[in-house]
Amino acid sequence: MSDLASDQSAAKRFGFGQAGAVSAALALLICLMVADLVTGPAGLPLDDVLRGLMDGPAAEDRRLAVILWHLRMPQTIMAALVGCTLGIAGLMMQTILNNPLASPYTLGFSAAAGFGAALVILFGSALPVAMWIGVPLAAFAATLTAAALVYLVARYRGASPEMLVLAGIAVLFLFQSLQSLLQFMAAPEVLQQIVFWLFGSLLKASWTSVKVMSVILVVTLPFILREVWNLTALRLGDGNAASLGLNVEALRRRVLILVALLTAGAVSFTGTIGFVGLIAPHVGRALVGEDHRFGLPMAGIMGAVVLVAASVIGKAISPGAVIPVGIITAIAGIPMLLAIILLKGKR
Amino acid sequence: MSLILEGFTVDAGRRRLLHIDALDLPSTGLIAVIGPNGAGKSTLLGALAGVIAHRGTKSLDGDWPAPERIGFMPQNFAVSAAMSAADCVLLGRRERLGWRVTAQDRAEVARALAALDLSALSDRRMDRLSGGQQQRVLLAQRLIRDPRVLILDEPTSALDMHHQLEVLDHLRALASERLVLAALHDLTLAARHADHIVFLDNGELVIAGPTAEVLRPASLNHAYRIDSEILTDRNGGAVIVAHRTVSN
Repeated sequence: MSDLASDQSAAKRFGFGQAGAVSAALALLICLMVADLVTGPAGLPLDDVLRGLMDGPAAEDRRLAVILWHLRMPQTIMAALVGCTLGIAGLMMQTILNNPLASPYTLGFSAAAGFGAALVILFGSALPVAMWIGVPLAAFAATLTAAALVYLVARYRGASPEMLVLAGIAVLFLFQSLQSLLQFMAAPEVLQQIVFWLFGSLLKASWTSVKVMSVILVVTLPFILREVWNLTALRLGDGNAASLGLNVEALRRRVLILVALLTAGAVSFTGTIGFVGLIAPHVGRALVGEDHRFGLPMAGIMGAVVLVAASVIGKAISPGAVIPVGIITAIAGIPMLLAIILLKGKR
Repeated sequence: MSLILEGFTVDAGRRRLLHIDALDLPSTGLIAVIGPNGAGKSTLLGALAGVIAHRGTKSLDGDWPAPERIGFMPQNFAVSAAMSAADCVLLGRRERLGWRVTAQDRAEVARALAALDLSALSDRRMDRLSGGQQQRVLLAQRLIRDPRVLILDEPTSALDMHHQLEVLDHLRALASERLVLAALHDLTLAARHADHIVFLDNGELVIAGPTAEVLRPASLNHAYRIDSEILTDRNGGAVIVAHRTVSN
């Protein structure tokens, strides 16, 4: 019985329960969000930031109010929202594909978003809509197109994990090629814009993107909550889940739609931010276990923690020119990915 | 009051996996499904459980129970999830679980685990249990659903002799008021515990009836391609021995 202690999730081992672990993670997230508000090129001290927060967006000190409420706040909230969305979508993806290396990007969703964005950046001047709304719209539409392709395959060839991954990889290569084609055709200045979009940056965040992202989360949340026990049951394996009366293929298709909506919302405003959707579910599961009632919120919070932390680090490394957060998460993500692979292999 | 199959057929593409023209057995009790590899045992159980499509009719006392009244345990049961045995059993109540897990839920889980002598494993992680332990936890998970029909594909395949007997004794007790269908490879176990036997070979029904009538060397020898002998142990129970293989 010596391994009894290690048989429980980290939360239980330290005796504060799963709900406690979620609360602790939430507290950590709030601290990081405050840290993110404090850091930035303008170099505001903490008490200025706190004063600015108290005074509200219409405060007398216009410089402070604009920096805090119109530049930093949307970016900080967007980092949390996007991280949370990618974390939740990542856990759902890993569960329905029964694959610890799956993420919202496995099925080619990010490549599709990149293609949509590149398309508008390249030809957008001919469109009647402004660039700032055209690019996210196109990225959103392209992501849903990619999801629709995968969904159609799942509809007609069966929604087994293998079939979904295969269809997803086909979609991934298709959109990557199309995106490369556009980059090849683009003039150098346009190419730079495309590449910057692909980096994934919070600089594109605004109150509009915060609102859209919140609406997507609020709309999908009831549908996600309805599936928590089904997703947990699916962790028993297809055969066991099916024998509990669960239609596993229909569940996979329903969750696929939710993941597509969440991912499309997250990437269309900020560009492709990698690794959050891969790492957050693992951290979440390690802390609270397989129960998706706690796993989904934890993955969401950990996703937000990773992305907000990356934002703080990015601003701290180069206070002048903010490094796109997508670059930081990828660099920080690779060691975490390797650690997961190594730890998994040891068992 | 009976389990009736008529024109019960399962096809995979153009290949016929199973055909049972007519079968009529009591609607309670323990029915063992036996037959050599590839005889169609798993196909029959899957089709009865509703996870494999079939043609023809199945009825139990006139109609067929709703899916939630059927407890099915497939052959490939291995669980790789890092959840506790208690949580795993809890999922048996999937349809009835709300956001909060109630004390009543927990109490029923504890009772189901205790019934199969699994209380000590309650907090252990499923992916760290042995195959036999997992099999018993998953059986407890099916039993918490209080099924009218319990369909088990080789429920003793991973169990040691002690637990084989324990599980089959438990199934016998359950079978007093419900139907338990179990595919069994061990004919001696089938002989001792089953009330009735469904004997399949090559996708066809060889014979279905009371255990003593079905288990005869003549029919076993042909289907299993063995030279068998049925001995009697000190308690009068049958022991089926295969002396050597034969080719038909």
